[in-house]
Formats: sequence, C-alpha cells, structure tokens
Amino acid sequence: MYVPHTFIECKYGPELVVTCTFRSSPVAGSNRVFNTPLSEQGIVGFGIGLATQGSTAIAEIQFADYIHPAFDQVVNEAAKYRYRSASHYHCGPLTVRAPYGAVGHGGHYHSQSVEGFYAHVPGIKVVIPRGPSQAKGLLLASIRDQNPVFFFEPKWLYQAAGERHTQLASLCTCMQSLSLSAGSDVTVLGYGSQIQILRQACEMAQSELGVSCELIDLRTILPWDEDTVIQSVCKTGRLVVSHEAPLTAGFGAELAATVQAECFNHLEAPIQRVCGWDTPFPLIFEPFYIPNKVRCFDAIRTVVDY
Amino acid sequence: KTPRPHYQEGRQDATETSSARATSFVPGIPLYRLHSFPLLPLHLKTLSNSAVATSGFRRQSTVTSARFTLNSDVYKLHEGTTGASLGSGPPLEGEITREEMTGMYSLMAAIRELETKAGDLYLEKIIRGFLHRCNGQEASIVGLESALTPGDELITAYRCHGYTHTRGVSVKEIMAELAGKATGCSKGKGGSMHLYGPHYYGGNGIVGAQVPLGAGIAFTNKYNETGKICVTLYGDGAANQGQVFEAYNMAALWKLPCLFVCENNLYGMGTSSTRSSACPEYYTRGHYIPGIWVDGQNVLAVRTATQWCADYIRAGNGPLVMEQFTYRYYGHSMSDPGKSYRSATEVKGVRETRDPLKKCEELALELNLMTSDEIKAIKKDAAKTAEEAVEFAHSSPHPPPADLYAHIWWSRTK
Repeated sequence: MYVPHTFIECKYGPELVVTCTFRSSPVAGSNRVFNTPLSEQGIVGFGIGLATQGSTAIAEIQFADYIHPAFDQVVNEAAKYRYRSASHYHCGPLTVRAPYGAVGHGGHYHSQSVEGFYAHVPGIKVVIPRGPSQAKGLLLASIRDQNPVFFFEPKWLYQAAGERHTQLASLCTCMQSLSLSAGSDVTVLGYGSQIQILRQACEMAQSELGVSCELIDLRTILPWDEDTVIQSVCKTGRLVVSHEAPLTAGFGAELAATVQAECFNHLEAPIQRVCGWDTPFPLIFEPFYIPNKVRCFDAIRTVVDY
Repeated sequence: KTPRPHYQEGRQDATETSSARATSFVPGIPLYRLHSFPLLPLHLKTLSNSAVATSGFRRQSTVTSARFTLNSDVYKLHEGTTGASLGSGPPLEGEITREEMTGMYSLMAAIRELETKAGDLYLEKIIRGFLHRCNGQEASIVGLESALTPGDELITAYRCHGYTHTRGVSVKEIMAELAGKATGCSKGKGGSMHLYGPHYYGGNGIVGAQVPLGAGIAFTNKYNETGKICVTLYGDGAANQGQVFEAYNMAALWKLPCLFVCENNLYGMGTSSTRSSACPEYYTRGHYIPGIWVDGQNVLAVRTATQWCADYIRAGNGPLVMEQFTYRYYGHSMSDPGKSYRSATEVKGVRETRDPLKKCEELALELNLMTSDEIKAIKKDAAKTAEEAVEFAHSSPHPPPADLYAHIWWSRTK
C-alpha cells in the first residue's frame, strides 16, 4: 500500500452540506488534515507550493463553482511548472478535489460543471468518477499520479445511499475509459453523473427501439482515451455524446471533433451532442436545462434513424 | 431619518439638482438630518400627549422624540493612515423621534417574521436551493439602513433578505422570489441569493466577490459627483478573501466613497472567526483604512455609527471599514443546523441577553417612544404580512419555460 512520505490534506472549511472528509483524521492527525480559511486562490496556490517540494497535497474546494478564483494558479502555475523548469520542479503530488454538477436545486452557484475550462489546460489532468467505488479507486490513482490532477466528484451522488454494480473485488485504479456495455449499433459516451442518465437512455433504446448501445465512461477527461472511443465508433458508426455542461465549446465538442477526424469514413450519421443549454445554470428551470434521459434517448433515435 | 422605501425615487437621484448636491456637502448638518429634527424642543423628555397620528394604536402617553445615551463600549476605533483622523468617533448621544423608532422596529419585526416563515416554506419544499437567514442580525441591518439617504447604494452577500426589504422590496415579492415564482423581484430567476432593488446590487453567491463590485459602484458615484456612498457588506468568512484587500487598496488610493461593512456573526459557515482568521478584529483589517467596531445588536448604536461614517465619507475622506459585531441564531443555511460547531447554551445566551428586537423594545419603552401595546401590534402586523406573503408565494405561478432563454444575449435552443 502506498504511503506517502508526508500526507497533508488542506481542507477548505468544514463540510456542512456534504460530509466527505473529516475535520481531523484519527490516522493522519490534525496537522495533516486541517481546515483552511475561505481563500480558494490561496488554497490552490498553497497546495502547489506543498507539492513542489515533494509533499502530497490534497486540496479540497467546497463546490467546483467556487474554484474560479484559483483559475490563475491552476493555469499559470500548476499546469506549467514542470514544462517551464524542464522538470526541475513540478507539482505532481497535488490533487484538487471539488464536487461538481447538478444536485436538483443548486441553482447558479452549486451546480456548475467546470471540466470544460480545465480540459483546455495542457499540463494538468482532469478525472471524473461516475460513482462511489469508482471514486475511491480513481482518487487513489489521482493522488499517486505524478501530474497535478483535478478530481471532480458528482455531488448528486453524495446523497445516494448505495451503488449498484459495485466492484468490490479489486480497487480499480486504472484511469482509462471503461466500456460499461458492449453494443453494436451506437456508441454512447459520457462521464460522471451523466453516466446514470445515459444508462437509462440506453436501456430505453434497447427496449423500445431494439438498439444495442455501447456505453463508455470516459473517467479521465484530460487526457482522454481516444483509442477506446475511436475503436468503438469505427465499429458502430454512430456516436452520441452527453454532458451537463453547456453545449458551446463544452468537452463534447472536443470529442466530436476528434472522432469525426479519425472515424470519418465509418460514420453513418452526424455526431449528436446532448448537453446543457447555453445559459447560466438556472434556478427554477433545472429540469428543462439538464440533458435528461428523454433527450439522450431522442439523440440515440436520431442517429439510428438517420 | 425614517427608513422608507427607496424605490419611489426611481432614477431621479442620478440627476439631482445642483442645490441638493451642494446642501449635502454643507459641513455640520447634513441635509437628511434636518428632516429628523423634532417638533418639540430637544430637552423635552417629559410625558406629553402628543398629537402624533397613531392610527390603529391606542393613544398612550409617549413623546415625539427623545435623546438617548449609549455606553462607551458600543464603539471601538482603529486609526488608519489614510483619510482624516477619527477623533473621538461617533457621538454617544443622539436624538431619535417616535416615527423613526417605530419605523425601525417595524422593519426589524418584518425581517424576523419573513425569515422565520421562509424557513417553514423551505421545509415544505416550496423554497428550494439555498436559504441563508439573518435572524439575530436585524439591528445591524435596520440600524445601518436608517442612517442612509435615498440614492445611497448597497451591495451585500447571500444573507440578504433583510437588506432587500430595507432597500424597498416588499415582503411579498421577496417571498415569491425565494419560491422561484414569476411574481418575485427577480422574476423567479434569481432565488434567495439574487434579490435586487433600486440602488441595491444584490444578493451575491460567491463569497467576497461583491466587494470589488462595491468599490466600483463607489467610484461611479464619486466620478458623477452624486454625493452618495456605497455600502459594501461582507462577512467574517469573506474577510480573508484576497479580492477584499484589492478593493481596500483601490478605495483608499482613490478616496472612494465606500463604506466597507464586515458583518461579523462569529462564524463563517461552521468555522469560528478565531479559527479562520489570524486577526479576527475585522475593523482593523483595512490596516491603513480607519475602522470602527460597533455593537451590532444595538440598533441606535449602529444607526449613530453609520451616520457618522457616512458623514466622514461624504466629506471626501475616503473609505472606512465598519465591523458590526452581531450573531445569527440559525445555521449558515438550511442545510446547517448550526449545532455542531457551537453550543446550544451560546445561542440561547445571545437570544436572551442580546436579542436585537428585545433590545429595541427596551429602548423604545425606556425612552417613552412606544408603548407595549404598539409593540405587540407591530409584531402582529409583521406576522400577518409574512403570512400574506406566504399565501402570495403559494398562489403565484412559476415563470414560463421560455424564461430559461431570457435575459441572455444568445443561446442555441436545439
């Protein structure tokens, strides 16, 4: 079992809404697991400093919506340290965790999906688990990874009591994408909390249209597993991508562009993107905003009927 | 000055006549104070059967105005290095009329009822999302507002329902907005944290983000020579945000008419101020900017301090930092019971010894400005208004689905 040399977790205030880390761990002690003041830019910069001198730093931002003050630290410091110093220094041992995504009533500032902004930054990694057991394995893998990793956890799932399809056997620490169901007609691609929705849409497609979908959970957004996806689309010829983040310049755009370039001759239909609308995440209109299973099912039907 | 809805002023303030502007800079007695001079001689504190209209109340023996004295421990001063010296600070004596006192108490009672009923609506799931209530902070809110003039600007964070009401938005509109209904003040699009009104820029969700905005609003007022100030509020948790210090620096450099107000209710979410801040004396955090600490539970102290600060700033001395030492009875939000990081004894203690409404009642009775019957009637009225607001929220429609795309420049609707 990997035991870091120094295990320091910087925590951003106590968890009130979602209790996922303890104020002070009985194992690590309060000098290794502690709360910080309300200073996101400071927290991430602090974590970069810790990591640069070799300590494992796990910084927590309470909601991904609040991570933006730290954007400069992420883009200009964390992502570029190794590159600009020719590996003299790097902040590989840094992991930043933040809950992201819709929770049913979060409104503008407790629901945002920010992976699109960070996917655009060479030098960091972005990892998004779809459920609790995935989260455990992927988080450990992220901590061990020698690059700064931004780990976005679906906050919606904090309220889930349990998880089906739990893989208890071995701790999966592989960060590549995973095919959740083998299919021959359509490749359905997503990540994070959206996987639950896509699963339901695929089941609907199977029962109502007799369409067999190959559902792929990307798990890591940056860098993303092109080979698995391309292989799948070359087989099926159809792709539906879905994420909660807004459509324009969302991560789905990167997926669609790469797939059309690599699988052009295999495509039977235009690639469909089912995403949030191009508005701020709304308050009362959330049910209309999020790409629900009906919209995803419609997209599957569109590519099949094309 | 009686706090009254400002929305009636509309946009007229931006085009005030030059004579009004000139008067507001006359040293000594600011314009607004003239309105609050009593009809009776100042020394008259004896009982008199005044002819003040008290429709709906039983005629009691009260005075039209009274002088009050504050304890010296309601203020603390921090001399900065920019701006003028604070001297001896705000006065410990003042004058308050019956109308002003009744007005302030009514607002405080209205806020207390609004917040309590909003909590009930949240438990019924009519209000969803996040709800941050300000029970316990009423004196800080109303005392500050009562010292401002029409046209003064205000911006605050998410514990904003009280200020929204004092800024002129009705309890009904607030309740409807909390419930996400089309009749709400933000047409159902904003919710609890995004309530707006005339000269009131919200209601902001991101901690500390509103502080540089407040400095910018102050700059506009200075540039346009409106003679108005911008009150920029934030909490003890936000006081550690870097952007607050950026705003301090700009405000001091350019002598902006900005009153920075730290609402110190001792807890930033679940972290006490002593655990989050290396220096929990927030009125000194402006460092070079002079600061004043005030007992936030005493509405007259807050009012007097704010009047004094506003005068200081309007005279062109640059910004000030005010810390209102207050308390919130409830947790940070509806998700927080507020019990895991502080004892029930502590909360009970504040309710019993430092409750702002109780304090205001005691003051009003002691100064003979109100009777206990009037106080009861006001409380009853406030409860009725809040109840009606709840009904209004229940019966109002949701905004139409097309509003999802409204108020934004472009969206792809495919």
